[in-house]
Amino acid sequence: MHFAVLQFPASNCDQDCVHAIRSLGHTSELVWHKDTALGQADAVIVPGGFSYGDYLRCGAIARFSPVMQAVQQFAKDGGLVLGVCNGFQILCEAGLLPGALVRNRDLQFHCEQVFLKTDNFATPFTSAIPRDQALKIPIAHGEGCYFADAGTLAKLQANGQILWRYCDAGGAVTEAANPNGSLLNIAGIANERFNVAGLMPHPDRSCESILGSTDGKFIFESMIAALQQRGAAEAA
Amino acid sequence: MKAKIVITPKKAVLDPQGKTVQTALEHMGYAGVAAVHVGKYIEIDLQPGTDKAAATTALNEAAHKFLSNPVIEDYRLEIVD
Repeated sequence: MHFAVLQFPASNCDQDCVHAIRSLGHTSELVWHKDTALGQADAVIVPGGFSYGDYLRCGAIARFSPVMQAVQQFAKDGGLVLGVCNGFQILCEAGLLPGALVRNRDLQFHCEQVFLKTDNFATPFTSAIPRDQALKIPIAHGEGCYFADAGTLAKLQANGQILWRYCDAGGAVTEAANPNGSLLNIAGIANERFNVAGLMPHPDRSCESILGSTDGKFIFESMIAALQQRGAAEAA
Repeated sequence: MKAKIVITPKKAVLDPQGKTVQTALEHMGYAGVAAVHVGKYIEIDLQPGTDKAAATTALNEAAHKFLSNPVIEDYRLEIVD
């Protein structure tokens, strides 16, 4: 499978994402923010960083970049799009995902390992995740506090759109395990069609044991499995 | 002609910055502070001869679409000569 990884001025996890995908035996290329096409991409990753210096709001400027118009169309056509950290913020700003990410409640930048409980395994982003395991994946953000109004939160819950919530090592979703004040401990969500997802933690930084965890692989492997199934269905 | 846009966090959104500033004000002895909300101020210089009504419409659109995020922020727009 071929992954397009977007590259904005001040993206800083773009190479990590490319590396992670290649380490899984698939191909990946960077797509510059001024490009208007995504090439032969089977899926798109919007990587972490500080696109456009995080000026105005995180992701606010990136969402109007030429490449994001191509991503809008790609998502509309049902393509798989994953946003990581700043990529999650960009997808929220772009309206591809509901809600917004605001300043961490303690105003501090958090760079640490966290644990994630997967709430819905029946999605292209979660199907390969072991059912009984909290994922150990690092975060690195100052603005990762998920916010949405009560109506949106209720809809997210009812539809199973909450994919990951911060939990402790044993998988318990507790207030103490919430690093940033996110409502309902939300770490990552999907859109209603389940072809666009975003999360603050970095699966791209947890695909090799030398980095302390390989749990991030499960998310990319889920996407690859979904793409392979699609390919098989189209060929049949 | 200038456009002045004040952007504030919505009441329902956690505003840790406002809270921290409030606490600091209290520590400094400024009494009577009920709440502090920290937002943004954007000033836009408009070209001479700009039509005020048209600018108001256009900038309201820009403020809604780009300068503020309606999920988490409110804004006030004012155009002054």
